[in-house]
Amino acid sequence: MNRTGRMLLVAALLAGVAGPVAAKKDKEEAPASQGSSAEPENPYPSTYKPYPGRPTVLRGATIFDGEGGRIDNGIVFLSDGKVTAVGGPDTPIPADVLLIEAQGKYVTPGVIDIHSHLGDYPSPGVDALSDGNEATSPVTPHVWAEHSIWPQDAGFTRALANGGVTSLQILPGSANLFGGRSVTLKNVPARTMQGMKFPGAPQGLKMACGENPKRVYGAKGREPSTRMGNMAVNRQAWIKAREYQKKRAAGKDQTRDLAMETLADVLEGKILVHNHCYRADEMANVIDMSKEFGYKVSTFHHAVESYKIADLLRENGICSAMWGDWYGFKMEAYDGIKENVPLVHRAGACAIVHSDDQDGIQRLNQEAAKALGAGRRMGIDISDEVAWTWLAINPARAMGIADRTGSLKVGKMADVVLWNGNPFSTYTRPEKVWIDGALLYDSYDPKRRGVVDFELGQIGAGDVK
Amino acid sequence: MMKIALPPFALSEVEGFRRAERGCFASLSAGLRLRSARTVLLGLALTATPALAQSVTITNATVAIGDGSEPIKGGTVVVSAGKIVAAGAGVAVPAGTKTIDAGGKWVTPGIVSGFSRVGLAEVPAVRETNDTSAGRSPFSAAIDVAPVVNPLANPIAISRTAGITRAVVAPATGSSIFAGQGAVVDLGSDLNPITKARAFQYVEMGEAGSAEAGGSRAAMILTFRMMLRQAQDYAKAPASYDGNSRDALLNRVDAEALAPVVTGAMPLMVHAESARDILAVLALRQEFPALKLILAGATEGWMVANQIAAAKVPVITAGLEDLPSSFEKLAATQSNVGRLVKAGVSVSMGMLTGDDALQLRAATQQAGNMVALAKVPGAAGLSWGQALRTITSAPAEAMGLGDRFGSLRAGRAGDVVLWDGDPLEMTSAPVAVWIDGVQQPLDNRQTRLRDRYATPTEGSLPKAYEW
Repeated sequence: MNRTGRMLLVAALLAGVAGPVAAKKDKEEAPASQGSSAEPENPYPSTYKPYPGRPTVLRGATIFDGEGGRIDNGIVFLSDGKVTAVGGPDTPIPADVLLIEAQGKYVTPGVIDIHSHLGDYPSPGVDALSDGNEATSPVTPHVWAEHSIWPQDAGFTRALANGGVTSLQILPGSANLFGGRSVTLKNVPARTMQGMKFPGAPQGLKMACGENPKRVYGAKGREPSTRMGNMAVNRQAWIKAREYQKKRAAGKDQTRDLAMETLADVLEGKILVHNHCYRADEMANVIDMSKEFGYKVSTFHHAVESYKIADLLRENGICSAMWGDWYGFKMEAYDGIKENVPLVHRAGACAIVHSDDQDGIQRLNQEAAKALGAGRRMGIDISDEVAWTWLAINPARAMGIADRTGSLKVGKMADVVLWNGNPFSTYTRPEKVWIDGALLYDSYDPKRRGVVDFELGQIGAGDVK
Repeated sequence: MMKIALPPFALSEVEGFRRAERGCFASLSAGLRLRSARTVLLGLALTATPALAQSVTITNATVAIGDGSEPIKGGTVVVSAGKIVAAGAGVAVPAGTKTIDAGGKWVTPGIVSGFSRVGLAEVPAVRETNDTSAGRSPFSAAIDVAPVVNPLANPIAISRTAGITRAVVAPATGSSIFAGQGAVVDLGSDLNPITKARAFQYVEMGEAGSAEAGGSRAAMILTFRMMLRQAQDYAKAPASYDGNSRDALLNRVDAEALAPVVTGAMPLMVHAESARDILAVLALRQEFPALKLILAGATEGWMVANQIAAAKVPVITAGLEDLPSSFEKLAATQSNVGRLVKAGVSVSMGMLTGDDALQLRAATQQAGNMVALAKVPGAAGLSWGQALRTITSAPAEAMGLGDRFGSLRAGRAGDVVLWDGDPLEMTSAPVAVWIDGVQQPLDNRQTRLRDRYATPTEGSLPKAYEW
């Protein structure tokens, strides 16, 4: 879309009954106490506090800053939980800091996984702990993934130690059209979910296209059993949500409805839509639906066919969260190709590499490498440092946390990985990982291997994993 | 062996291929002119001209033999009559054969998937295309995958493009602890995929086996023992075996299929993950001393590595499991492979954790990560050569076929891959693949989709006309 087209799109969104921007303003002006649908502010607040760190300088590494920049023989200074300096070899090094010589190594912002089910489908994968899909109705925007999260999932520790993952979004599963609210976590061990919750990160709404909702509910002999049923049930819900949102914004009396609160917040731009959608044609339908009801899709997840409509996704400013090379396990994944990520990137659309998997999350760097290599072989020449945006600033933007993390910029959270080689190499692993400046993984320190409660006292606890 | 002729593609980055295009390949298949890669593909399904394995010599390559030895720079590989003639340093270049200067690029034996279900499913979630298990069949051990491995399945072509040339193909259980008889296949672009039919019997002996046996491990072990005894009864006197009696656990055909397992004539691949299940499996040899065991899974194998090594049982594992994803994998660690190898166990890697019909190409990632572990303090990794062995000669040897394929040692099948970079790096890919000395197409429906959508917008005609 050219500039005029993009302006028209913005105008169209604003012209809605209560477009995201205007509605947000209305809501802010209306006192929260007005009307019986008034909601408590932030009822499950984050209690996360950064762990103590010490001022640290990493010297001599190759730096990928997460926004596409690269500094050779660079210097990164972390203090008070923040990135306080990033630059070339001449960057001044303060006195009284821990100086880590990192020649031959690489420094990146922590990996951000936009699609994980850690904690709501934890290890061990037994029925008693299976809490990711409220598969009793296709419309469950009232459930919150954070209320399923078991902080004692060992998967968090592996994602940190082997994957360098410092922030991640936990989504409900994809059985439902409206799966519920997601939550973004800092990847720190904690006793409670609240202790991991990324302070101030917007929630998401998980939606799902295609086979899963129609299969799950069609098998129960109920709607939806087709893709047209999927769309119809979605649209009915949005109609109801718009009515609810209008009343709420006007401070009119209505009984609180958790499902409608979620959808109203989407319509007001406070909750970001993360839509599981494989096929290009279905993504196009969702884009039209989002315009019909005046909301915005942040990201299509599992978007194996984004490469077919990369232009449309660019024009609509929608990110694609993709695997490196998964394909074919179900009909709607049949057209997955290794070049998906680089083709989306080349079209100027937002590309993200995601995992959706307890093992894949430990190797998102390698999944990105698969896509990078495939792209280069077809002549799409993307540098390593630009490809790192797929794991850093792009997911951060899509999750609404880019002002605080997702790149090595002064003032941002010191979420940093020191890799023992080029992170696109199979032979490379995290050597150290900091979250808000606290050293939470150190490959040289066995005491900095997380052992969750489930593992403690079991065979293999504390082993190198 | 009948092979469909598939002329090689233009590979401009390797000088040798341009020479090949000018003539060496022209004689292979009369009537097929050498054309561009895209045009050649059009003939893929239509051409059934028998192809002879060509003689080819690759020089100036980084040669990895696949037997556990480390790569050799400036090496040569000679293939003739479908077999490896020689590989390594100081190998003489035979006169008069096509020669490819690899320009320092890597050459390995074809990658072997130590465990898969490739060719048994096109789209696993689409039931009609999925032949991996048969829960409503009256048969179990007698089920034989060899006649139904589909050489035209797209995952075969996709895996071949990634350098996978052979695979172990196992059935999955449906109505018994025994799944049936697996095969070893090649991934060549022809209609004859079978390297060895009925290469092994497959049995579940952990959480899944317990469920198949009625609900407990005790029932599982008893079921296994009684079934094998009945197979012995059948072998002693087939005519008097009554598969219809109330005590019969096996019908006649299943009993017949298990008889060679008891005698050791057919290997038995046992899926067991936990240390205790592995020990229970090894103990079965007290009653059935001839069992030729292969352990699949063995996530906790490192805990009993010495026992596995003493029993001389090869292990095929996933390599990267490190989570207590079930109660039979509590001690999972990526160091499992390194610790087993250090204890003297022959370890192969394969698709033990899903995607077994599709993602055989994960083999190089599994192996590469073993190399990575060698740099992680406290972890047990592998050297590069040892890592390659887990996806080449080790799985071939586990199947008893180490003299047939899986390495670049003289006399093995001419399964050779020329790579554009280090084969265990995810940014690398094959530039040429030979199976039994026959050069293979490196195109598939994924590459065609890629080419169609290299530009997403439509041209003067719809995308449907771009092919």
